[in-house]
Amino acid sequence: MRRSVSIAVLLAAIGMGTARLSGGIGDFTASAQQKPETVEVKIDNFSFGPAELTVSAGTTVTWTNRDDIPHTVVSTDKVFKSKVLDTDEKFSFTFTQVGSFPYFCSIHPKMTGKVVVK
Amino acid sequence: MTAKKEDQLLNDHNHDGIDRRGFLKCMAWAGTGALCVMQGGVLKSYALNRIPEMGPEAMGELSFVQISDSHMGFNKAANPDVVGTLKAAVDKINGLATPPEFMLHTGDISHLSKPEEFDTVDQILKSASAKDVFFVPGEHDVLNDDGKQYLERYGKGAKGAGWYSFEKKGVHFIGLVNVMNLKAGGLGTLGSEQLEWLEHDVKHLKHSTPIVVFAHIPLWSVYPEWGWGTQDSAEALAYLKKFGSVTVLNGHIHQTMQKVEGSVTFHTAASTAFPQPAPGKADSPGPMKVPAEQLKTVLGITDVNYVRGQQALAVVDSSLA
Repeated sequence: MRRSVSIAVLLAAIGMGTARLSGGIGDFTASAQQKPETVEVKIDNFSFGPAELTVSAGTTVTWTNRDDIPHTVVSTDKVFKSKVLDTDEKFSFTFTQVGSFPYFCSIHPKMTGKVVVK
Repeated sequence: MTAKKEDQLLNDHNHDGIDRRGFLKCMAWAGTGALCVMQGGVLKSYALNRIPEMGPEAMGELSFVQISDSHMGFNKAANPDVVGTLKAAVDKINGLATPPEFMLHTGDISHLSKPEEFDTVDQILKSASAKDVFFVPGEHDVLNDDGKQYLERYGKGAKGAGWYSFEKKGVHFIGLVNVMNLKAGGLGTLGSEQLEWLEHDVKHLKHSTPIVVFAHIPLWSVYPEWGWGTQDSAEALAYLKKFGSVTVLNGHIHQTMQKVEGSVTFHTAASTAFPQPAPGKADSPGPMKVPAEQLKTVLGITDVNYVRGQQALAVVDSSLA
């Protein structure tokens, strides 16, 4: 019993030591990477602001409806589609692929926007 | 349909010889409660308080009401009480000297396509003197489910996304749907399936049959920048070209507007919920706030009368206050 406990303590110590070491390496690499971003698009006055947005891959875009009329956010290439957003409701989508993503409001199709992912 | 020529009558193939001065006088009265009746090819206007003097023949054989854009569920500043204003519209309808035989609702019945919103409108309309209501959907009625709920509620016997036709006293009514499958940057759309149906629907009708077309988004180019138009309406209107009297009733823009092109009269109704700005007079076509005491003056109903033998239908807008 005592031996297995001491073995367990030993393994735990090794584990912690390893963790501290890899934690150290992790910290080093983390500072060299970009942190994941969230970018806001405001929907107001029957328009998306900004109408054209450029972001890097991995960015999450959040649309917030500040208008007094409901709107939707629908990709013309069917990549994403929000439910109907009433005032103050939000929709988020994380862009993992590089490319150009035009979208529009399916209720008021004259409202158009684009997200360009680099 | 380009801008400048539209207000002039270039086609007179029925030899109506519409008197332009009389027409313009009538249009200036619209919205204040004037009745314009076509008599002998000339539009004559009568103030509403003179109507009791007119015989029953002048009041027409067919009388119906158009309401539009009730947006049940809307609760923002432009009108926190769309239930109250819809009830006021029903009171107005019930106060008409000639009770309408039925009503047309040109869409945006609900604001968010919620079941309780449709239920509330149905409930309120039950107290109208006209028990039959014919609907076409607005874009707010077909959210989330491609219009399935709208069809279940209002589309019995209709084709496709809810288009249909019916006859009343020799007048042929056509309900069209132009709010489905809207494309990015686009306007209202009828689509080829509906257009084919329309072609066949009117093919064998006599040219003297008066036609009433009703659809949510205007079938003429009111203001394309705000999506106020239908991209394939020209084809629909081509199928109706042979008729001597075509009346197009629309909603969507939340204000009254009219245009005459030959034998076609286009007309949009006010909303019973909230007004919207005149084309280009604001940044966007959203709900327009007016002082609370003025709200009912910018909401309204449309009363339509048809006298057999006359060409055009008499279309009268009246505000709720």
